[in-house]
Amino acid sequence: MDKLRLPKLAIAGAVFYAIVQILILTGVLNGYFVVIINRSMIFVILAATLNLINGITGQFSLGHMGFAAVGAYVSGTITTILCTHMNPHAFGDNLIFLAAIILGGCGAAVVGFLIGFPSLRLKGDYLAIVTLGFGEIIRTILNNIAYVGGPRGLLGIPKFSGFTVIFLFTFFTIVLLRNLVQSSHGRAMLSIRENELASELSGVDTTKYKVLGFVIGAFFAGIAGGLLAHLLQIAHPTQYGFYASSILLIMVYAGGMGSLTGSIIAAFSLTFLTEGLRVGIDWLRDTVGIPIGTEWTMVIYALLLIFIMLYKTEGFMGMRESKILVIEEKKV
Amino acid sequence: MGSVFSFQQIVNGLQLGAIYALIALGYTMVYGIVRLINFAHGDFFMVGAFAAYGAFYLFNFFLPTGGGMAFAVLIMAMLGSGAMALLANKFAYKPLRYKPRLSSLVTAIGVSMLLEYLFSALPFIGPSPRGFPELMAKRMFVIGGAEVSNYVMIDLLVAAVLMIGLTILIQRTPMGKAMRAVSQDKDAAKLMGIDVEKVISFTFLIGGSFAGAAGLLAGLTYPRIQPYMGILPGLKAFIAAVLGGIGNVPGAVLGAFIMGLAETFATAYNSLLGEGIAFVILIVVLLLRPNGILGEKTADKI
Amino acid sequence: MSAPVLSIQGMSHYFGGLKAVSDFTFDVPEGVIYGLIGPNGSGKTTCFNLITGIYTPTQGKILFQGEEIVGVKPYKIVHKGIARTFQNLRIFSNLSVIDNIRVARHFNSKVGLFPSLLRLPSFLKEQEQTRDEVMDLIKLMHLDKRANEMAKNLPYGELRRLEVARALATKPKLMLLDEPAAGMNPKETEDLMKLVRRVRDEFKVTIFLIEHHMKFVTGICERVKVIDFGTTIAEGKPEDVVKETKVLEAYLGRKAVVC
Repeated sequence: MDKLRLPKLAIAGAVFYAIVQILILTGVLNGYFVVIINRSMIFVILAATLNLINGITGQFSLGHMGFAAVGAYVSGTITTILCTHMNPHAFGDNLIFLAAIILGGCGAAVVGFLIGFPSLRLKGDYLAIVTLGFGEIIRTILNNIAYVGGPRGLLGIPKFSGFTVIFLFTFFTIVLLRNLVQSSHGRAMLSIRENELASELSGVDTTKYKVLGFVIGAFFAGIAGGLLAHLLQIAHPTQYGFYASSILLIMVYAGGMGSLTGSIIAAFSLTFLTEGLRVGIDWLRDTVGIPIGTEWTMVIYALLLIFIMLYKTEGFMGMRESKILVIEEKKV
Repeated sequence: MGSVFSFQQIVNGLQLGAIYALIALGYTMVYGIVRLINFAHGDFFMVGAFAAYGAFYLFNFFLPTGGGMAFAVLIMAMLGSGAMALLANKFAYKPLRYKPRLSSLVTAIGVSMLLEYLFSALPFIGPSPRGFPELMAKRMFVIGGAEVSNYVMIDLLVAAVLMIGLTILIQRTPMGKAMRAVSQDKDAAKLMGIDVEKVISFTFLIGGSFAGAAGLLAGLTYPRIQPYMGILPGLKAFIAAVLGGIGNVPGAVLGAFIMGLAETFATAYNSLLGEGIAFVILIVVLLLRPNGILGEKTADKI
Repeated sequence: MSAPVLSIQGMSHYFGGLKAVSDFTFDVPEGVIYGLIGPNGSGKTTCFNLITGIYTPTQGKILFQGEEIVGVKPYKIVHKGIARTFQNLRIFSNLSVIDNIRVARHFNSKVGLFPSLLRLPSFLKEQEQTRDEVMDLIKLMHLDKRANEMAKNLPYGELRRLEVARALATKPKLMLLDEPAAGMNPKETEDLMKLVRRVRDEFKVTIFLIEHHMKFVTGICERVKVIDFGTTIAEGKPEDVVKETKVLEAYLGRKAVVC
């Protein structure tokens, strides 16, 4: 019988939650910061799931936000129809919200399967382009369905996302993804990344695992989309296009392709950085008078991506994981 | 239904196709020579349009509008975007030449973003659309029941001249031969004494300048320009190149005209279809015949 | 006389207009160490690729333990009991030695996705079991000191052993070794020969190998088939085959015999 292992991840999660919650309750962190933290966590889910597809399984998806869009719209439509009062403390509404988010994830998973199954025979740049195309098709379709608002977007989504809910979903996503990667299924996926032919000839059904990576990634991305929609109270096609997917790509590369830890760090860092840059630019413009717009934030991100690709492709963590996320195995 | 496939729509489709063709040629030449999908290529198109815009206002001090002005502006557009292409190659793509192809692809995405946001961030350019000046007087003719402007003829003429020039370049000149050699086998070409990097730079220059020419034509024909104008046309021209067979020069032209016509007909029928048809074509091609219409099948050696 | 473990009948394969393999018909008897030799480009690796399902032969049948396997997906052929190593090592570089081998045990797993995601006792138990089995293999291959190291840090000779271990982990009935002695010095080749014999004897695996290293082939193979340009030149016991004029011609005519 192994000696008692510390559930490191659970402890880390609990500590994080407790600290933030205390800061909120004592008023140190106002609503503004909470929104940034919430958005960071949602991007943790998005970055980690893209990492599952690109970094762990070694595929290349450029349309990841399309899955989030499906989740956002499906869950948003359900709650806007079913929730007549916007009071998230009503028991019925909480249940509906939960169900809507999960259904959004399921919808995204279905889309992930439909896209993944035919596409994953392609490799490298072709796969990248086809996923880009599918992402754009999703966006175009959503842009044209009048029922969900078309180009104006889906409005009036009740604000059901709060720190606790988002934290719980994020925490469970990380736990499940970590468990997946450090199981034999995860090793099968890693082997596909390392050498697909050898993987197939070691008995791994590579098609199944490539699609599985896609579907699991899509499911949680759909959940993230749903959480985002219920945070911002709007779902809009432009939020989920190729450029949104590119931001995710920057996050995953910056954190380290193949490292869940890296995705967590990058999601938080870049979300805070974006906000910081926005504030800084606004200050420069309004207070100091320099004619400078928030597009400069994106210029910096573009330069960051180019820099990473030229000089530090492995990003911050490379493929390493923090000890907190690594499940200890019995040493030989 | 009759108005969808009318002569007017055909004319519009061919006009659009001509512009796509010039962009698609750049994509296909660069892919053929370095196997890179240059995501930033659509932005060279945008740079060309802005270079033309700037050149117009500069030249306007001493040149009247008309054919001469238009020609001078065209040259500037091509030079501007060609130079941008050379810079991108030198600083972003060349360092990654021998690294995994996916790195170059992602870098190209970065370059694309950089160009778009930089142009929209620069105070003297800005994100808002600008009207493109009328370089020469617009005249309408009625041919076969359709309204055809002289701009249509200019678009087709410029495209044709550039494409013929390119064909002559590729088939009849030593540089063209070098380009063909490098795209078939880079290492063998090097062993035969060809300066591979010079050929690659030259290809970027030509491809980029063609995109710039397309940018000018687009500015002229659909006279609003803005920093993000290259995204969709770039993507569609790329899809056109894939449709024709990426890496294949005649294929790019063929694919572009098919794309122009398809898009025009689709939009006339239904706007949703018009928006989405390019991506539908992309998916269909990649899933059913990834090598495109004129592309060859390549076998992987295991 | 037991049935052959592998029976190839009239197998031909064309790449476009190029005939890579022409009308192969032969049996690999069970429990034998069988060698396929020929110069570079003679069709050896193509033969392996056809057997393992990477290519589908233009013509012909391939019977494994009496069962037709043409058209079966490669990973399923592995499940049926054919394993293979590669001429250019195909190791999972960024995985540890033990993980490299564990991947090959994965298809035997009875634990589904959900118990794995939730780390249920059934999953933990199977993981422990697999780990023990894999460690036994690792000790056998003398890789135990490297078990937790990343594969990309291993020297060439150990990587070859790792590939063999990984192939063995699929519990095959037939093992295809693609130029296992490539890049080895005489001592390493000796050790490899001992290893191959051990694998055959202890694991009851039929070995089918490709080589053009003559000494290795004559030293270890019990039956040998010589091919060139996709056709058979000679077949039989190594000592006999080597003497045949045609074989010498094929070899001396184009490359020095490595003795």
